Amino acid sequence: MTKTPLQFRHNGREVALFVDGGTNLLVVLREMLGDVTPKFGCGQGGCGACTVLIDGEAHLSCLTLAETVEGRAVETLDGIKTGPNLHPLQQAFAEGFAAQCGYCTPGMLMAAKALLDRIPQPSREQVVEAISGNICRCTGYEPIINAVLAAAASRRASA
Amino acid sequence: MLELRKDIFADERDDNLNEVGKGTQRQDMLGHVTGTSTYFNDHKLQGMLHLRVVRSAQPHARLRRIDTSEAERSEGVRRIIRGSDVPRNLNTLLSLINFGKDDEPTLAVDKVRYRGEPIVAVVAETPRAAAEAAAKVRIDYEDLPAVFDVEEALKPGAPTVNETYPKNTFIYHERYDHQKLRFGDVERGLAQADHVLEQRYQMSPIEHAPVETNGSIAAPDTNGRYVVYTSTQALFFSLDTCAKILDLPSNTFHFIGGTVGGGFGGKVDTLTEPLAILAAMLTGRPVRYVLGREEEMQFGPPRGAERIYIKDGVMRDGRIVARQIRGYFDSGAYTRLSSYAVVKCAAHLPGPYTIPNVHGDIYCVFTNRTPATAMRGFGITGIDFALECQMDKLAHLIGMDPMEFRILNAYRDGDMKAHRREAKNTALIECVQVAAEKAKWPMREEFRRMSSRKDGGGARAAVPSTPRETAATRPAPAQQRTSYDRGLSSPPLEPPPPPPQSPAPSSSHGATRFSSVFGTRRR
Amino acid sequence: MPVTVKTFQALSEVASALSSDRAARYLGGGTLVMRDLNEGDVSMTTVVRATDRSLQTIDGSGARVRIGAGVTFARVLAERDLGFLHPAARSIGGPAVRNMGTVGGNLFAPAPFGDFTVALLALDGLVAVQGGFGLRDMPLEEFLQSRDRQAGALVVAVSCIRPASADAFRYRKISRIKPKGGSVITLAAHVPQSGGRVSGARIALGSMAPTAIRAKGVERALEGRPLDASTINAAAAAASEGTAPTDNALASAWYRREVVGVHLRRLLSGQES
Repeated sequence: MTKTPLQFRHNGREVALFVDGGTNLLVVLREMLGDVTPKFGCGQGGCGACTVLIDGEAHLSCLTLAETVEGRAVETLDGIKTGPNLHPLQQAFAEGFAAQCGYCTPGMLMAAKALLDRIPQPSREQVVEAISGNICRCTGYEPIINAVLAAAASRRASA
Repeated sequence: MLELRKDIFADERDDNLNEVGKGTQRQDMLGHVTGTSTYFNDHKLQGMLHLRVVRSAQPHARLRRIDTSEAERSEGVRRIIRGSDVPRNLNTLLSLINFGKDDEPTLAVDKVRYRGEPIVAVVAETPRAAAEAAAKVRIDYEDLPAVFDVEEALKPGAPTVNETYPKNTFIYHERYDHQKLRFGDVERGLAQADHVLEQRYQMSPIEHAPVETNGSIAAPDTNGRYVVYTSTQALFFSLDTCAKILDLPSNTFHFIGGTVGGGFGGKVDTLTEPLAILAAMLTGRPVRYVLGREEEMQFGPPRGAERIYIKDGVMRDGRIVARQIRGYFDSGAYTRLSSYAVVKCAAHLPGPYTIPNVHGDIYCVFTNRTPATAMRGFGITGIDFALECQMDKLAHLIGMDPMEFRILNAYRDGDMKAHRREAKNTALIECVQVAAEKAKWPMREEFRRMSSRKDGGGARAAVPSTPRETAATRPAPAQQRTSYDRGLSSPPLEPPPPPPQSPAPSSSHGATRFSSVFGTRRR
Repeated sequence: MPVTVKTFQALSEVASALSSDRAARYLGGGTLVMRDLNEGDVSMTTVVRATDRSLQTIDGSGARVRIGAGVTFARVLAERDLGFLHPAARSIGGPAVRNMGTVGGNLFAPAPFGDFTVALLALDGLVAVQGGFGLRDMPLEEFLQSRDRQAGALVVAVSCIRPASADAFRYRKISRIKPKGGSVITLAAHVPQSGGRVSGARIALGSMAPTAIRAKGVERALEGRPLDASTINAAAAAASEGTAPTDNALASAWYRREVVGVHLRRLLSGQES
């Protein structure tokens, strides 16, 4: 079986491996690199649980052919803490009860991070739009939206 | 915002609550926000194989021939599993509590009864190899007439969905094709009513659609045991079900679960574990069986569809004097938990209202649809939807405010419920009053002053005389009882619960207890 | 057989790789092809990619706006010149899907997807297809009618006209989930007016047939008439003509046929959905 060499930055660390044809980025991250923070939910772009940032933009890793990230920077939930300190979004999600089963949480956090990196002080409407591709089934959108806004506010306060 | 109304029922509790009303952090929150909470599929085991199931393309068909020869030769295939490989290829979930007959195979052998039913499992080195081999399995179907509607399924001449229940209904107490509730004389009540309103309600199946699909990973462990990482919501229930299906003592398995990516009732059916373990046993390798999203939607069990007819007699002054209910639960092709949903529904009648004449008939019906299962309040949600729609329509019919109408008919403490149990701690009136207040819903002073603790009991505590029915009961084959745990010889069977008799004499009300599974029993 | 990924620079090589292998599929943004691979579609054994930069270009300088097939919806939204297409681009997926999904891929998205194509169809869309004999423009309508046979074709770009005026082009996606969900019905209407009368109306509907379709009965009802209440009523009455919707989890075919006229009336009369 022919394998394709692949090199990219994973949470700031250079990684190199060989992938089978047709392998998606989610499988590379979870099963080859052991970063299980992105989750499989649907494999078809409907749920957002596998959301990662590629060069700073939100992408669905399950729909990303692995070799298309050659030379690019991939960021997952595993990389957003600073040392032992939670990212403001993680802090706000924890304090605001914005997770129940926790399965959509990694995708929600990455979608939210893509927003705050681009628009540090978003409106509520912009937050809703930013997570509109992410499904939460434990009925948690309101706390999630509030947590993203709280994270933005805490950054403003500490800025 | 959370608001504790301590003024209501203040005398009924100690006011020294340590947790209620205060925020407490979830113990799993840090894991959730850092992505380190471990779900079943976050385990990667050395040499793990992948299992994919070939599913029925037909809703109802005889299986003439299953040809796996080409699939067996497909690249990367380690094992093909057929129904004959499953040690005990017939089960019903609630057999663990001796309720119902084994009616569902792990892999279909002679017949398929719903679209998506598992027929063959392919175990291969990669998901792609499993998919390629699965595409090479040839199945020769002989289509049978299918039935998708609960009332069609009950008509004479309807196709038999599941041969374990030839009349397409679950059989209770070895003889009854439905659950009955009789209280007072509903015919007389309807005849005396100023208005009679009969309506039909129905709801579609509802898929839980958890973001994490059902799945499990099974692996050979030391000492001949198997470790199983699973998405199950019911760890020991799933473990015992596997012990039965695989015909092994339950201590063969070490189940690890608990962190579930959303379940809502859709992860209690032990859909994946038996095949994952069997595949691990047959290959000696770790095996993962995880549903794709389309499989989750097609094969993952939903909340079952329901159809409910309600016929009510109401007086001009707002009192409901008779309520007659006929309900049909669509169990799909197999029982799973719908038999229990029906019992819950019957137990919920006639809603939280004191009605002197109540008559309920609730059926668990088999159709060629995906088997239904538990989901948040299953058995109750659909009937409550129907009852509360009906309450609004009745209020409208007699020109009464719907909130006041509910308060008027609500249980008071001390009232006799249709199940011949005294209503206690009812509190519906207070709930309606607070809801009205929050919604700024105008309500007359006398209704604001009513209380669930006043005006109950007395004449309302009486069990009305209830006509005895002479209907001949249909004989049914003896209930199959199972004992799968090798550690025990056949345990002594409990005597079969007495069939629901005509009601106990009024002097003995309160002397029976209602078990949600076994029905009414003498204390 | 495992999947082979082939990457080419030249479009002609991509086109011949596609046309020579029935089990090959072209990968644009991945939202369709990867989805099928993830579901275990074994009919696909080769995935073909192109790196030609022309697939990424947007040219708004001519009479027709030309958009490379590889342009994502996020890039459409970032392009101020393409403001008239923003409502359609914004109605697709969440941000991640818009960062991936491409204008070219949208032409192949089955109902209830493919909303951007509905907008293009109302704007006299053309599809630039690279075949064995070179590049040719094909009317979008014709392309969609033969879409099943286009799987081996390489779409290089799409083009469409600019609306006659901001008010002349209207787009609306009816979905049940807010703010985002699959389409119950998608409507796009280009209704230029001259001398107080509609001239050159083009109406397109999504999720009313296996592909986006033109509502020719509606176009006839509008053509040459003032866009007043009676014209709009006549147009709404013709809305389901020639449609062939199907049942899916979002809506039944019956429901779609019943409400398409209602939504068309609201769209044409400027009411909220």
